[in-house]
Amino acid sequence: MNILKQAKFFWTSIVLAVIFAVVMQFLITGGTLNQFYVNTLFFMGINIILAVSLHLIIGITGQFSIGHAGFLAVGAYASAIMTMKLSLPFPVGLLVGGLAAAVAGLIIGIPTLRLRGDYLAIATLGFGEIVRIVFLNIDYVGGASGMTVSHLTTWPWLIGCVLLTIIVIVNFTNSTHGRACISIRENEIAADAMGINTTYYKVAAFVLGAFFAGIAGALYAHNFYIIQPTNFGFLKSFDILIYVVLGGLGSMSGAVIAAILLTIISTYLQSYPELRMVIYSLVLIVMMLYRPQGLLGTKEITSFFKVGKSAKGGIQHDSKNTVA
Amino acid sequence: MELIQQLVNGISLGSIYALIALGYTMVYGIVKLINFAHGDVFMVGAFIGFYSITILHLGFFLSLIISMVVCAIFGVLIERIAYKPLRNATRIAALITAIGVSLFIEYGTIYVRGAQPEAYPSNLVPLKDMNILGVTISGQSILILLTSLVLMILLQFIVHKTKIGKAMRAVSHDMDAARLMGINVNNTISATFAIGSALAGAAGVIFGMYYTKIEPLMGIIPGLKAFVAAVLGGIGIIPGAMTGGLVLGVIESLVSAAGYSLWRDGVAFIVLILILIFRPAGLFGKNVREKV
Repeated sequence: MNILKQAKFFWTSIVLAVIFAVVMQFLITGGTLNQFYVNTLFFMGINIILAVSLHLIIGITGQFSIGHAGFLAVGAYASAIMTMKLSLPFPVGLLVGGLAAAVAGLIIGIPTLRLRGDYLAIATLGFGEIVRIVFLNIDYVGGASGMTVSHLTTWPWLIGCVLLTIIVIVNFTNSTHGRACISIRENEIAADAMGINTTYYKVAAFVLGAFFAGIAGALYAHNFYIIQPTNFGFLKSFDILIYVVLGGLGSMSGAVIAAILLTIISTYLQSYPELRMVIYSLVLIVMMLYRPQGLLGTKEITSFFKVGKSAKGGIQHDSKNTVA
Repeated sequence: MELIQQLVNGISLGSIYALIALGYTMVYGIVKLINFAHGDVFMVGAFIGFYSITILHLGFFLSLIISMVVCAIFGVLIERIAYKPLRNATRIAALITAIGVSLFIEYGTIYVRGAQPEAYPSNLVPLKDMNILGVTISGQSILILLTSLVLMILLQFIVHKTKIGKAMRAVSHDMDAARLMGINVNNTISATFAIGSALAGAAGVIFGMYYTKIEPLMGIIPGLKAFVAAVLGGIGIIPGAMTGGLVLGVIESLVSAAGYSLWRDGVAFIVLILILIFRPAGLFGKNVREKV
């Protein structure tokens, strides 16, 4: 019964999402939405993918990674090389962007995921900076002046990738692997003692998160006409981190909602970049002081409507639980 | 001869890193928090030094002291407002708060005074370049080296010979036991923040004098590198931070000298990842196994 309900819920959401996508497509092609709103929408989509992919690493697996912009950069540059230098079609670029970021995630994940807490955070931060500096020094991709990329990100690709990311990560969270990852988040030593191969699951979550960040990077690169190493500094990593923290570590719907809200806010504050960062940082501090579990804690939005058993990234009874 | 000159440059740069790294390492040793805002305290110190030199027309040493005092107060304020309520929170909550404080100081400064850089006056202290055995050593390098040496000796004295230093060592060893022994833990933590921030303020003034250009986002990269230095030496260990800073400065200068100056910032992080993989406890640290 429960499984049936769950399946029903799953398909209903898919149908709703597809209807939403088609309606938006008509609005965009029909010109009802002006360019400003379309841009915001595209930003939102990319930020949702980033937030959800980082949610898998931080919220589900409890590995505090603050170098997510590094994967974004790898995906962006890899896909841009595919489409611009090798003139391959956009889907290839998208896939290669994701795969390149996943490989980067594997390379950086295997050694650094042995570290815990603060050290992991710093190592991933270092990785993000190294990626930026490497792209800064490679003339093939334009060095500091960046690389021009044609605009290929279209609404169907974007919404398709967003949906794919959400479905894969929800299903991953609800699978054996996801439960193993949650157990690592709750207590790594205990998980180890229960026979869970912690290193394997940590690396798996890291690589999956990196893959989707790479996809987001490919979409990002082909949305912007130009990519520069400065776009992928660690401020970008913090931006992504803020989505996850604000939404609630361990809550995917929280991450999505935070990504949507903050994208809207930052679009309206675009002409005052300093003020935007001041507000961001104040939100971050106040949030940590008064509601450290984030907007939704580890709950999902669906749990408020009592619709089936959906992706729950955490313990149900105690919303005060935070990660690590 | 070129090599020795580069080594001297590296040591001066390294002593700046060491001064910042000391603050990181002391704070980490006592509250187990990576104080991301430390690099921004360094920036604030540079600006205070700059304003006391240009607006108040004070000399170098007086500006240095004013900057240190203001930074110490600033550090204590940060600790009291942002970190103290989180003392029993999760490590990640504290880390995120630290990132928030750091961003707040950076962009608050930009919001208040704009992002334009300022140029430090270059002829602060009448200095002559010295010529030792055919190697020209700039007077500035020597001044930087001497200032940081004096400050480090002072720090060693405070930590090992005074009552507050003893309290700091006790709290970093075991906070609960120290509290049971009647040590005021909150004051000790504030004192640690004050000392660390004062050193960062001094580093800011020295940095401004050495590189002549200061701007609101200048604290990020030196801050991160100083953290690398602290990890390199073994975080929480004071002599480790000094050694780590000097080693990192020398490595960077050698990389620049070898003609890869664009890769300079990358090298520090590669060093960091290597040290974390092969010797996570740092050069001076002992590897402690986690027990249940």
